[in-house]
Amino acid sequence: MATVAPAASAAIEPLGKARASRLTRERVRYAWLFLAPMLVVLFLVAAWPLGRTMWFGLTDANLSDLAGAQFVGFANFAYLMSDPDWWQAVRNTVTFAVISVTLETILGLGIALAINANLPGKGLMRTAVLIPWAIPTIVSAQMWAWMFNDVFGVINHMLMAIGIISQPVAWTANPDTALWAVIMVDVWKTTPFMALLILAGLQMLPSECYEAAEVDGVHPLKVFWKVTLPLLKPALMVAVIFRILDALRVFDVIYVMTGNNKSTMSMSIYARQQLVDFQDVGYGSAAATMLFFIIAIFTVAYMTLGRVGKED
Amino acid sequence: MTRAQRRLLNRILYYLLMAVIVFYTVFPFYWAIVSSLKPPAEMFRVDFLPALRFENYVAVFREQPFARNILNSVIVAVSTVAVSLALAVAASYALGRIQFTGRSVLLFTILGVSMFPQIAVLSGMFELVRALGLYNNLLALTLSYMIFTLPFTVWVLTTFMRELPRELEEAAVVDGAKPFTIVTKVFMPLMWPALATTGLLAFIAAWNEFLFALTFTLSTEMRTVPVAIALISGASTYELPWGNIMAASVIVTVPLIVLVLIFQRRIVSGLTAGAVKG
Repeated sequence: MATVAPAASAAIEPLGKARASRLTRERVRYAWLFLAPMLVVLFLVAAWPLGRTMWFGLTDANLSDLAGAQFVGFANFAYLMSDPDWWQAVRNTVTFAVISVTLETILGLGIALAINANLPGKGLMRTAVLIPWAIPTIVSAQMWAWMFNDVFGVINHMLMAIGIISQPVAWTANPDTALWAVIMVDVWKTTPFMALLILAGLQMLPSECYEAAEVDGVHPLKVFWKVTLPLLKPALMVAVIFRILDALRVFDVIYVMTGNNKSTMSMSIYARQQLVDFQDVGYGSAAATMLFFIIAIFTVAYMTLGRVGKED
Repeated sequence: MTRAQRRLLNRILYYLLMAVIVFYTVFPFYWAIVSSLKPPAEMFRVDFLPALRFENYVAVFREQPFARNILNSVIVAVSTVAVSLALAVAASYALGRIQFTGRSVLLFTILGVSMFPQIAVLSGMFELVRALGLYNNLLALTLSYMIFTLPFTVWVLTTFMRELPRELEEAAVVDGAKPFTIVTKVFMPLMWPALATTGLLAFIAAWNEFLFALTFTLSTEMRTVPVAIALISGASTYELPWGNIMAASVIVTVPLIVLVLIFQRRIVSGLTAGAVKG
């Protein structure tokens, strides 16, 4: 068959090629036809509103009169740069993102390794880990706000029972502990996601390395540092950047637990407060645009790393 | 220490670690259930076993239109899933099965959209919603939720489409089938697992969304469940009706947890397909 093929195809080539390219053209036309509805919707809900937000950032638009907005150049951005509250929000957001993602990675790695150990009970653990993931963020924020309650909260009760604190702490009201309380909730809620991503990475590692290490009698801790961690690094990096992007736009958990409190306010909350509560759409849009560009930089990093990790 | 002893010790440590992990992940929800089942007068007492009193559950439905809020969430989540799957199946056929210039640029643009912070489109979306006359209307939520459901449904379904055998489509093309028929008659029947996974993830994302729902609805009757739960208030900020909040939380979370437990394998594979392979 293979030996006849060149001669046969040479004979029918003119006809075959014309037909094939007509078919290809038709298929490409269909491709755009099938893509069109999705692209129209995506343009309407993503590109267009993003462009409008960026435009509003350059105007003095007000929520009650968007049409009467006047162009003011970069005045909003200049004011943003000089507002200590904005910088406080930037600091809060970065602190929140760095600490919670670090904790989630360490805990997630631990949980993933425990599940991956293939001992009985792994199914139970995998199921238990999915529960925080399934609970809506708003609900988990409320659940923890209740546990953190200064007077009736179970956390104060337990900590006092074992003698770590001597009197109740107002976890979410005290500026020193409020951000930590919020971080605790985020860690609880998103560690499972991290653990599942890392677990998927672990399960793709080649087993030969481990067999070789076992034969050579290498200490398990050394195997972890020298084999598992380096091999896991691409998957880990992707998961970490994915989570950082998510943490930088945090809104729900902080809004519910501490509201518009300055000591925990994130960039998203700052922007929404300006936009909706103070009706200052121009200034709020400028803040939202800044957040967009910060996240865009991370996204480019994520995609570059994603491509490097993929290589196919 | 002998080898056997060390092994036993390792086992014990392992199960201890496992108990800690399970306690850590499950206890907060257990505590919400216990709190929700207490009579309001006993909320301040710390008891670790539920009292099985349902006053809080009755109060949630009596004191605000919570049944309406649940219905709103169901309408929004179901319509979001239906629309985004319909759009994504068509798009994923084009992106997964047909070679054309600009395809990978398009795929990466779509992936980029999934990284958009919602706040960055909030004022533009608000203007759009008002211009379409959809302010304080559930349709505003269905429309705006496309920004986060479309990217990942398109992405995951494209990956799935790409892996289906080529022969299937070739046979249909030889028989003279048009792409619409190929998608609905040849691919759709094979895609149910992927559709179930992505549909479920989109459902959960829409069910849990807060920022748009908070901003684009006004009246208590139009609120979805997360907004209703976040805004339950008592006589003053210092007297939040925690019993009601916990009861409402349990009501909306139990169905989700049941769904997740039933479909856990699919969810895990769906989540990791989106992030690791993508």
